[in-house]
Amino acid sequence: MEPTVLQTNPQQWYLVLSTILFSIGVMGVLMRRNALIILMCVELMLNSVNLLLVSFSAYAGNSDGQVFVFFIMVVAAAEVAVGLALLVSIYRNLATTDIDVLSKLKW
Amino acid sequence: MNSQIIFFILAAISILSALFVVFTKNPIYSVISLIVCFFSIAGHYIMLNAQFLAIVHIIVYAGAIMVLMLFTVMLLNLNKDSEPHKPLLYKIAAMISGGLMLLVLLASMRSAQLGPYSSPAYSESGFVQNVGMVLFTDFLLPFEMTSVLFIAAMIGAVVLAKKEVN
Repeated sequence: MEPTVLQTNPQQWYLVLSTILFSIGVMGVLMRRNALIILMCVELMLNSVNLLLVSFSAYAGNSDGQVFVFFIMVVAAAEVAVGLALLVSIYRNLATTDIDVLSKLKW
Repeated sequence: MNSQIIFFILAAISILSALFVVFTKNPIYSVISLIVCFFSIAGHYIMLNAQFLAIVHIIVYAGAIMVLMLFTVMLLNLNKDSEPHKPLLYKIAAMISGGLMLLVLLASMRSAQLGPYSSPAYSESGFVQNVGMVLFTDFLLPFEMTSVLFIAAMIGAVVLAKKEVN
C-alpha cells in the first residue's frame, strides 16, 4: 500500500510542539480564575500528552501508544462530564465560577 | 518538504489558538479557539498516519466535549463582564512559571536519545485494523473496564447536576 502522508519530519518537532502546548495549559491553569477555563486548560494538557503518545507510537511503528491515547480520551470525557456537573451545581449555589470564592477548604 | 510545511502551519495554528484560549477574556471565544486547537491536533494525527485516532478525536472532543462546554458557558450565561480578573502580578508570575517549566522540559529533552526509530518510516500502526486488533486482543479487559468508568461518570454527573429537592 502506498503511504498517504510521508513522515519526513523529525520526531523532535512533535516533542517540542507538545511541550509548548503543555506549558500553555499549565500557564492557563495558573493564570485564569474561571473554573471553566481551567477545565479547558486541563483538556489542552491532556491533548498535548496525547499528541506526544501518538507521535511515539507512529515513529515506533507500534499501535500500543494509540490504544493508550484512546483510553486517555475516555478518561477525559468522563472527567469533563463530572467536572461540568460539579461546576453547574456550584454555580447554582454560589452564582459564580470564580475559584477564589471557593476557598473554604483552603488552609 | 510538503509535510514540513503542513506541520509548521498546523503547529502555528495549534499554538496560537491555545494561547488565545488562555488570554482571551470572553469564555465563548476560549471555547471556540479550543475547538480550532483540537481540529489542528486532529490534523497532526492524520500527518502521523493515525486515522482512527484523528476521527475519534474529532468526534469525542469537537463533537461531544466542546459542545458540552459551550452548553455550560451559555447555561451559566458567562460573558466578558462576569469574568473574574486576576491582578497583573499573578498573571506575570503564572507566565514566568509556565515559561520556566517549558525551559526545563525542553532542556531535558535536548539530551534525550530517541533511539533507532528516530529516522522516520512509513508506519501502518494507526490504521483502524491494527489499532482494533490491539484494542480487542491485548487491551480487551481495560476496554471493558472503561464502560464501568463511563457508567460511574454518567451516574455521578446526573446525581451532581440534579436539582436538590428538599
